[in-house]
Amino acid sequence: MGSTEVIIHDEKDNVGVVVIEKIKPNQECNCWIMENDKSAKIQSISEIPLGHKIAMTDLKEGETILKYGHDIGKVVKNIKKGEHVHVHNVKTKKW
Amino acid sequence: MEIPKSFLGFKRENGRTGTRNHVIILPVDDISNACAEAVANNIKGTIALPHSYGRLQFGADLELHFRTMIGTGKNPNVAAVIVIGIEPKWTKRIVDAIAKTGKPVEGFSIEGVGDIDTIAKVSKKAQEFSMWASEKQREECPMSDLWISVKCGESDTTSGLASNPTVGNLMDKLEPLGVHLCFGETSELTGAETVCAKRGKTPEAQKKFMKTWSDYNDFILKEATDDLSESQPTAGNIAGGLTTIEEKAFGNFQKIGSRQFIDVLEPAEEPTKGKGLYFMDTSSAAAECVTLQAAGGFNIHLFPTGQGNIIGNPIEPVIKLTANPLTAKTMSEHIDVDVSKILSRQMNLDQAGDELIKATLRVANGRLTCAEALGHKEFVMTKLYRSA
Repeated sequence: MGSTEVIIHDEKDNVGVVVIEKIKPNQECNCWIMENDKSAKIQSISEIPLGHKIAMTDLKEGETILKYGHDIGKVVKNIKKGEHVHVHNVKTKKW
Repeated sequence: MEIPKSFLGFKRENGRTGTRNHVIILPVDDISNACAEAVANNIKGTIALPHSYGRLQFGADLELHFRTMIGTGKNPNVAAVIVIGIEPKWTKRIVDAIAKTGKPVEGFSIEGVGDIDTIAKVSKKAQEFSMWASEKQREECPMSDLWISVKCGESDTTSGLASNPTVGNLMDKLEPLGVHLCFGETSELTGAETVCAKRGKTPEAQKKFMKTWSDYNDFILKEATDDLSESQPTAGNIAGGLTTIEEKAFGNFQKIGSRQFIDVLEPAEEPTKGKGLYFMDTSSAAAECVTLQAAGGFNIHLFPTGQGNIIGNPIEPVIKLTANPLTAKTMSEHIDVDVSKILSRQMNLDQAGDELIKATLRVANGRLTCAEALGHKEFVMTKLYRSA
């Protein structure tokens, strides 16, 4: 088995989580989808540290971020596939 | 893995089973702590459970105090109980309720006697209880005698990724064997509340959960002075990669696997609807939550942590697991089960769940947890509001 740089909780998720110390821009990353034990690939755009999220697809302002197969917030600034997803481009829908 | 059918526990008079065999010296109130601690110091094989409250409380807050005291004494991990209070009335109320289990319990009050004579008198009874309990033997008990509570703390993204789902995997495997299970943390389910409510097995359970969560949320919104984004997730959570409260809540929620809960319990309330998963309305602070779950009758606790929470409980063994490789390395003396290999894909959830089941059984059979070996005995009463 090769290295795994990103873990995705659920097949429906549009973000994955970096599980190595950090990924560099333009890095080809192997992703593991936990729910069904499948694999996927994603090329990064940004540098992303351990535990932070990477966009698995292009995401437009107003769209919903899915993690664990569930709504965890809304996109407030367009996000490109492979970009870092965090508080600068995603906000809670609760408050 | 074939799951073992039994473990070695202490059978109690009321049919429940303990994973531990403690003789506790329980102070009713803060001012009886000194007496309780002196007795526990005199008599080996006993532990004092000092705490900060028990005077001038009233209404629901006082009821919770009694429920926590009584539930702690009734817990099957406790073989015998000494209750010490400043005055006889509240002491007796606690003693009488614990006595219903059939276990040895005796109450003492300090007023009109003083600490020194009380300590002498109580020490004699405590010695009797300690020596009596020391002869108790572990016997083979069915897995269904396990009452497992769960709570996570110092969470980071590795919690939602791996350590919490490992607990969920254990729940999925053990619930069919008839164990009792309990999760709590009302505040940290915010964002996942509607999804969590749908896990209620009946419309009543679902409704009760939503009311419990809404009451809490109304309180937060009433007290909030600004955008809560600054508080939940915390700055530490954000640094660790958690972006929103919803994300944190869904991470937390992984602990119940694919189970459904059958009822919503008040803090420290004992479940009465049989085997299965229960939600208990608790604080999200670790020591408060575990103290309430132990008072509800749970006899073994699973505690996933990310950054490394070190909590223990005096009567309910707390098993810690982490998926954070750094925490597993730098805080190894606190970690009972290391599941960090999930992140490097050298271990899957099924394997991690099996490892956790094995560790849980070893602890149920008597192996000390890291927290027990390190002397962690956090006993923290939940206080609902100011005293009279």
